[in-house]
Amino acid sequence: MAAHRCGLSVVCILIFSSLAHPSSCDTLEKANDNTATKRRISEVNTDGSVAGEDMNERQWQSTDVEVNRSDGTKNGETFAPAKDQFQEELVIRPLHSGDIYASFQFRTLWDTDFLQEGQKKVSHYRLFPKSLGQVLSKFSVQELHISFTQGFWRTMQWGQPFIPSPPGAELWVWFHDTVSDVDGNWKELTNVLSGIFCASLNFIDMTNTVQPSASFKPLGLGNATDHRFLRYATLPREIVCTENLTPWKKLLPCGSKAGLAVLMKSEKLFHSSFHSQAVHIRPICQDEQCTSKAWELRQTLNVVFDHYTSGQGKKEWSLFKMFSRTLTEACPLASSSKVYVDITDNPEGELFELSPATPLLSQAVVLGDRRTYSVYDLTRAETFGQLRSFNLLLRWKGDSGDMLRPLLHAERYVAGFGLQTGEIHTVIYNNHPYRAFPVLLMDSVPWYLQLYIHTLTVTSKSRDNKPSYIHYQPAKDRHRPHLLEMLIQLPPHSMTEVTVQFERALLKWTEYTPDPNHGFYVGSSVVSALVPSMVAMSTNFTQDQPLFSSFVPVKEESSYFVRVYTEPLLVNLPTPDFSMPYNVICLTCTVVAVGYGSFYNLLTRTFQVDEPSPPLAKRLANFIRRIRGVPLLA
Amino acid sequence: MGLLSDPNRRKALTNLLTRLNAPICMVCYLAAIVWFMGLAFEPFTLRTYMSENAMGSTMVEERFSSGERALSLAKEFDAHKRKAGGMPVEWLVKAMQARGLEVFTQSFSRKLPFPDENKERYMVRGTNVYGILRAPRAPRTEALVITAPCSPGNSDNQAVGLLLALAQYFRNQIFWAKDIIFLVNEHDLIGMQAWLEGYHHTNITGMEYSPLQGRAGSIQAALSLELSSDVITSLDLILEGLNGQLPNLDLANLFYAFCQKLGVLCTIQGKLQRNDWDTAEGYTHAAQTMMLMVLKQACGRSWGDHGLFLRYHIEAASIRGINGFRHYKMDVATIGRLLEGMVRKLNNLLERLHQSYFFYLLPSLSRFVSIGYYMPAFGLLAVILLLRVSFPGLDHFTFFNPSGPGVLTVLTPVVISHLTGVALYLLPVHLQEMAVEHFPVSETEAVVLTAVAIYTAGLALPHNTQRLLSGEGTEQGWKVLKLTALLYLAVLLGCTALINFSLGFVLAVTLVPITASMTPHMPKALSALAMVLLSPAFTILYCVFIYQELIEAPVSVGEGWMLFLSVISQGILDHALYGSLVYPLLALFIYPCWLMFWNILFWS
Repeated sequence: MAAHRCGLSVVCILIFSSLAHPSSCDTLEKANDNTATKRRISEVNTDGSVAGEDMNERQWQSTDVEVNRSDGTKNGETFAPAKDQFQEELVIRPLHSGDIYASFQFRTLWDTDFLQEGQKKVSHYRLFPKSLGQVLSKFSVQELHISFTQGFWRTMQWGQPFIPSPPGAELWVWFHDTVSDVDGNWKELTNVLSGIFCASLNFIDMTNTVQPSASFKPLGLGNATDHRFLRYATLPREIVCTENLTPWKKLLPCGSKAGLAVLMKSEKLFHSSFHSQAVHIRPICQDEQCTSKAWELRQTLNVVFDHYTSGQGKKEWSLFKMFSRTLTEACPLASSSKVYVDITDNPEGELFELSPATPLLSQAVVLGDRRTYSVYDLTRAETFGQLRSFNLLLRWKGDSGDMLRPLLHAERYVAGFGLQTGEIHTVIYNNHPYRAFPVLLMDSVPWYLQLYIHTLTVTSKSRDNKPSYIHYQPAKDRHRPHLLEMLIQLPPHSMTEVTVQFERALLKWTEYTPDPNHGFYVGSSVVSALVPSMVAMSTNFTQDQPLFSSFVPVKEESSYFVRVYTEPLLVNLPTPDFSMPYNVICLTCTVVAVGYGSFYNLLTRTFQVDEPSPPLAKRLANFIRRIRGVPLLA
Repeated sequence: MGLLSDPNRRKALTNLLTRLNAPICMVCYLAAIVWFMGLAFEPFTLRTYMSENAMGSTMVEERFSSGERALSLAKEFDAHKRKAGGMPVEWLVKAMQARGLEVFTQSFSRKLPFPDENKERYMVRGTNVYGILRAPRAPRTEALVITAPCSPGNSDNQAVGLLLALAQYFRNQIFWAKDIIFLVNEHDLIGMQAWLEGYHHTNITGMEYSPLQGRAGSIQAALSLELSSDVITSLDLILEGLNGQLPNLDLANLFYAFCQKLGVLCTIQGKLQRNDWDTAEGYTHAAQTMMLMVLKQACGRSWGDHGLFLRYHIEAASIRGINGFRHYKMDVATIGRLLEGMVRKLNNLLERLHQSYFFYLLPSLSRFVSIGYYMPAFGLLAVILLLRVSFPGLDHFTFFNPSGPGVLTVLTPVVISHLTGVALYLLPVHLQEMAVEHFPVSETEAVVLTAVAIYTAGLALPHNTQRLLSGEGTEQGWKVLKLTALLYLAVLLGCTALINFSLGFVLAVTLVPITASMTPHMPKALSALAMVLLSPAFTILYCVFIYQELIEAPVSVGEGWMLFLSVISQGILDHALYGSLVYPLLALFIYPCWLMFWNILFWS
């Protein structure tokens, strides 16, 4: 397979290089134009920002139209049979806390639709990884989302991530509605994925799998609503490390040999505050008319670097410092390869300074906010400059101001003490000043925390807040977890608290983990919401947006979709002292020997009236009488 | 085991026990005392060792070096504390934020049931400030806590300074696996109680507090820091917590290991370790250290800010800097390194501390007595009660004998004694206003003196009233009552000793001899005097004197009496504020039980 791919990539490189020249010339000119416009924009900005925004919009659109056209020509002329496509991008966002958020996204499009009749067998792979393609076809997967996260996304400091994920591993899969044995498929699929990603996904079984009725809808094509074909599971304890990163990198067409993936050196990626890698596979439309389907594979990797621990006090950042690598080329197989830097908070360059500066600007509406980005196109030679290497440098000048509070935020904790009962508190904040909006809260609690659902309370602003929809599936001991889904209306600028009491079960002694005193994990609860947007969201799909802004389909302009994960819980269960069996055996043996022995003796013995033993003299006399044969004394 | 089933042998045993009952009891009592005192003898104790693998073998290199910064921060904190006249909340919030922590505050208020004269407080209002260092790539499930109190006056500034310096240093390290909470609590234990209740969202003592905004999962261990001077010569480890709970012994071992490693002089109960166990002085020293621990544990209060953590199953200890031994001086950086080492090892924990002992006594930091060794001392005392239960001359009657005494005979004194106990528990606090109106005393004095008065009144009450109710007492009547009382005392002391060995043992030592030998036929005046002198209240008084003697601050009788009164008021306050159980135990159970014996003495 590797040889096959090598050969393919050589062909592709040849084709690309022949095509790259004219288009790059185009963009070069365009870039010059852009510098001019940018200057104008900055001038305009001092007067009125509205005009500036309009200009930006135009500029952004025009660049993209350019890309579209070049794509079109490619497809039309040489790529007619092989329409697979690969895009890569890196978004760097300097956060208000001083940290740096780097988000990689790689998108591979595969123009095939093996779920259609007659096309079951696909044996030819170009850019799409064969290992995943086979999994998709074998298990009739409609949509697959898997994420491995080490750390917790700090919404209050960092804002919303592009694609959220809970700590540990998360896997949710929509199966095709022709599948008859969903549970069987799911079981096998988790085991196969466990092998592919070198993770302990094989620990997913019926005791931690749920079928959410509303929280997880398909993100791709298809209006599947029957949640019988959905499976969702998390492993909050999963530890993510290099061994998970390596197989993930191998799914990329260029591997980690070229393109943005060069930066992924695990030594640096795991020297960070947050690390999350994910794979999302879904069917999407091949073109605007949506006449045929294509598979989209998105691989995302999100890292947050901490300026305290690695910067040694110096607030200065460069690609080299972050990743101990610089970029020298785009992935030759990529149709687009870009680096975006979020400069929304830095319109005049007073907050930080970027070098090399770029003339290209782009605007996108992400998570209800219009953001401006500097764009570095890696497919163009001048990005790399004289040294043939691209090392983005970010130098902080001033202290960043306070961040706007994220509109939706949630946290969770266990209240109470002792090992018998407890209470799970989930607190959801709506920080919108005047809009109320509904959220879907999903909780999946393992069976060994026995929820008392009658104690469920939802309060906002110290008043009872009745959920308009509750889906509760009670747990079955050792078979399935609790599933609680609720639709709660959050009043504006409020804190909503959901509490439910539980009792800790006493496990069988073989059911304890090898480190029972560490505690048992309860996965994050999931809050999904359509949050009112401050700016109009663009609902236009066909536009070739940057990858980070186009993951979740936007249905209406006034709101955007957000998913927030709370922290997982660590709960202590009553744990026996495991050196105890020895003591217990000793004790039981003693009790049985002493207690049972004497009781048995007492119960089985026949009692007779004991004649008092005659005194010694009488006994002696009787002895003599017996010898003499005279009748004995009474 | 033919012993029980063979009537002859059983009879022989019974005869032996009946005949030699008094001598056996005496021997048991003496053996218990000797056994207990022997626990401090070094060859009989075990050497401490680290049980937890995660903390034992891992290497930790301490690099903390900003001792000077800690001291300057302490000065700054002191200045701001003076300016604010209490917790300098704003300054502390800024200082913590500047060090890259997530900072939160919690305000609380508490009205004490009566004014606390030792600490001069009644209406308590304060703010706790805490900052959370989020561990990189950790999902907020586990946390460690380091606390320093914000105390009035000059004390504990250095602790806060060191806390901030440590926060700054820790923030720059990448190796944390657990979040670290740096807490500065106001009004010592009250603030700590408010914070812990807020963190666990419980309310067991009627505290008013604002809910906490930031949390970091389940707390695995906590260290409380008390430093009051720039120059420290030794560090004292305080383990005794609320209700006599102790943290896992591994925490003490960890402290000791790092003191050894860094060459820091360390003490426990303020007493240095000696190596001459084979001399009389060496033994006395160890015995004194152990006795101090027993007394501190028996009184059931929290001897440092750490003590309240133990209720929440969080292993915690206080480390107090002492400036007393001239020749050893160490700078703050050394203490910082010691704390760094301890926190890093705690950070390595994979499970909660559970490997080592939870029940132990420490004659020195390097030696310990485990529960298996000290329990026989109590067992020998409990056996006396059981021996007396079996053979108080109860040859020919049983409970079920229809001609025996009526239930009322026994029930009346039991009920009356317990009602007196309830009065002793409830009235002092509830009657304080009335008492203050009628007598020229302060509220605190009123509470304590009411308690003493009810206690004394109880001595006159029961034996008179029961006579009114059930007429003349019979010979069998007192025997049944004694049987009940002995069983009751045995159960009470047994349960107490299981939870708090020291309390159980101290009570047993004083209560057992007199209760075991009590009959109505003894000389009234003499036995009454003996009983009063061995009553629970006098036990407390003796403990006060012995404690003062042991900490080398002997007091005169007058001062001792004042201390005794303040101990009682502190006991009542500890119960109301933190839920200490010693006062209710004494008032509701031990004292009524003792009254039942008092009743037997005056049986007629």
